[in-house]
Amino acid sequence: MKILAIDSSGLVASVAVLEDDNMLAEYTVNYKKTHSQTLLPMLDEIAKMTEMDLNTIDAIAVAGGPGSFTGLRIGSATAKGLGLALGKPLVAVPTVDALAYNLWGMEKVICPMMDARRSQVYTGLYEFCTADGKMSFHVIERQMAAAVTDIIGKINELGRETVFLGDGVPVYREIIESGIKVPYSFAPAHMNKQRAGALGALAGEYVREGRVQTAAEHQPDYLRMSQAERERAEKIRQEKESSDRKEGR
Amino acid sequence: MEEIKNTEEKKDVLILAIESSCDETAASVVKNGREVLSNIISSQIELHKLYGGVVPEIASRKHIEKINQVIEEALKEADVTLDDLDAVGVTYGPGLVGALLVGVAEAKAISYARKLPLVGVHHIEGHISANYIENKDLEPPFVCLVVSGGHTHLVVVNDYGKYEIIGRTRDDAAGEAFDKVARAIGLGYPGGPKIDRLSREGDPEAIHFPKARIEGSPYDFSFSGLKSAVLNYLNGCRMKGEEVCRADVAASFQKAVTDVLVEHAIKAVKEYGYDKLAIAGGVASNSTLRTAMERACRNNKIKFYHPSPILCTDNAAMIGAAAYYEYIRGTRHGLDLNAVPNLKLGERI
Repeated sequence: MKILAIDSSGLVASVAVLEDDNMLAEYTVNYKKTHSQTLLPMLDEIAKMTEMDLNTIDAIAVAGGPGSFTGLRIGSATAKGLGLALGKPLVAVPTVDALAYNLWGMEKVICPMMDARRSQVYTGLYEFCTADGKMSFHVIERQMAAAVTDIIGKINELGRETVFLGDGVPVYREIIESGIKVPYSFAPAHMNKQRAGALGALAGEYVREGRVQTAAEHQPDYLRMSQAERERAEKIRQEKESSDRKEGR
Repeated sequence: MEEIKNTEEKKDVLILAIESSCDETAASVVKNGREVLSNIISSQIELHKLYGGVVPEIASRKHIEKINQVIEEALKEADVTLDDLDAVGVTYGPGLVGALLVGVAEAKAISYARKLPLVGVHHIEGHISANYIENKDLEPPFVCLVVSGGHTHLVVVNDYGKYEIIGRTRDDAAGEAFDKVARAIGLGYPGGPKIDRLSREGDPEAIHFPKARIEGSPYDFSFSGLKSAVLNYLNGCRMKGEEVCRADVAASFQKAVTDVLVEHAIKAVKEYGYDKLAIAGGVASNSTLRTAMERACRNNKIKFYHPSPILCTDNAAMIGAAAYYEYIRGTRHGLDLNAVPNLKLGERI
C-alpha cells in the first residue's frame, strides 16, 4: 500500500511517500515561504527522485485540522485536486494526533501544542501503550482548542511525566514551565514539528480500518468557527438573554 | 507516445476553468475560448447575507467544501473527462487571498496529476473575456467598461491579453456604492439587483445627486461623494421629518452612477477612435446601465456588446475564455503559482 502524505497545517510544509513499512521519501521545510508556492514543487521533487508514477498511490493523506485556516486549505485543496485527478481516496488525519505520532513508542504523556493565537493552543494528550506485546496509540484527551493553562491543569491532574512538542511550545514555554507540576521535557528538533512521514504512517492505520473519504467530501476540521460566525453567535446569545430578562424570566 | 500526441493535428482546445476569487465557487469547460460546454456556479450569497457582505473566512470554507463537486459537475455536464482536456485555467487574482488559494491549489494539483498545462487568469480579464462567448464577432481592439462590487475600470483592449487601463475609480467601486446606498435605504445585501428593481418604481429625476469629475483625469471615477450625498439627503429628510421615497432615491442614485459611467465610456471610445464598446462585471447586468449604454452607443454609431447576466456574475466560463487566449499565446504557469490578491490588470506574474 502506497500513501502520499501532505501536511501544511502550520509553519512547516511537509510531503512524504510511504509504501508499507518503508518511507520512500520525505521533504520537510520549515521556512517562511508560503505553502502555496512550496507544496506542489516539493511533491514534484520527491516524485522525480523516486521515479514515482502518481497513479500507483493508493490513498492521499492530509492533515485534517486543526491548524492555520489557510494552511489547512492549501493542503486540503491540493489533496482534493490530486484525489479528483487520480481517482484516489483521501485520509484526513487529525493534525494533533499526527503530531503526537512523531513520538512513536513514548510511554510518557505526549502533549503537542500548536499556536492557535488568542492565547490558545490546539492540543491534546496521547500515550503509547503495550498490550498483548503490541504497541498501540492511545488518545487520552482528543484534540481541542484550549488555553495553555487549561491543558497544563489536565496534565497536572494526570500526574504523569509529559513530553511537549509543536510550534506552540516556544511561544508558551514560560506559561508551561511556571504552571507544570510534573516532570517534563521538550522533544528535540527532528521530531517536534509536523512531519508528513508520521502523518502517513498513522494514515496507514486509518486506511486499514477503512477510515477513508472521497476527495469530494473532504474538508478541514478547523475546531473553530470563523470570527464572524463567533461574533454573530455571541450577538444572538446576548440578544436572547436581554429579551429573556425583559420578559422577566 | 508523448510526441505523437503532440504532433497530432488537434482542432479543438478544451479548457477546464476554475474560479474562486470571491463568493462563488465555479467551474466550466470551454471549447476554443468561445463555446461554453458547461458553466457551474455554486453561490454562497445566502450565507453572506446574514453578515451584510462577503466574509472572507466563510467564503474560503465554503469553497473548499464545494470545489470538487462543482468541478465534477462541470466535467459531467460538458460530457468530457479529464483525458479530453488540453489545459487547466484558474483565477489567481485579484480577489480574497484565502478564497483564491483554494482554486489555485486545486487547479495546480489537477494540472500536475494529469500533466496538463496550467494557465493562471486575471479575474477582470476573465470578466472582459465573457464578452467573447456570446459575441462571436467581437475581436480586439475595443473599449471595455468593467463594473463590479470590487472594480470600476475603463480599459482599452488592444489585443487578446493586452490591456491598457485608461480610467479607474479613485475610491469606491460602483458596485460598492450600490451596496452602501442599498444598506442606507434598508434594502440589504447585495445592493445592485435590489436598487435596480426598486428603481423601476421611482423617478430618476426626483433628486439631483452630484456627479464627481476628477480634474485632469477625464476617465477616472469617484463614487464616495455620491454615496455621501445620498446619506446626507436621507439624513436631511430625517431631520425635517419628511418621508423618504426610497424608490426615488434608488432611481436618482442609479441614474447618477449610470450617467457618469456612460459618459466616460462613450468619450473613451470616441477619443481612442474605436467603434466597439463592451461592458463587463456584476454591475453590467444592471438594466438601467444597459439601456442607457445601448442608447448612447446607438446615437454615437458605436457597436455595443454585453454578456448575458449569468456571464456578468462571477463564473468560470469567462475564465475559460480568457485562459484560451492566454494558452494560445503560450502562457504557462508553474507548480509554484500563488494567489495574488492585488494582481494588476495586464500584469503577468
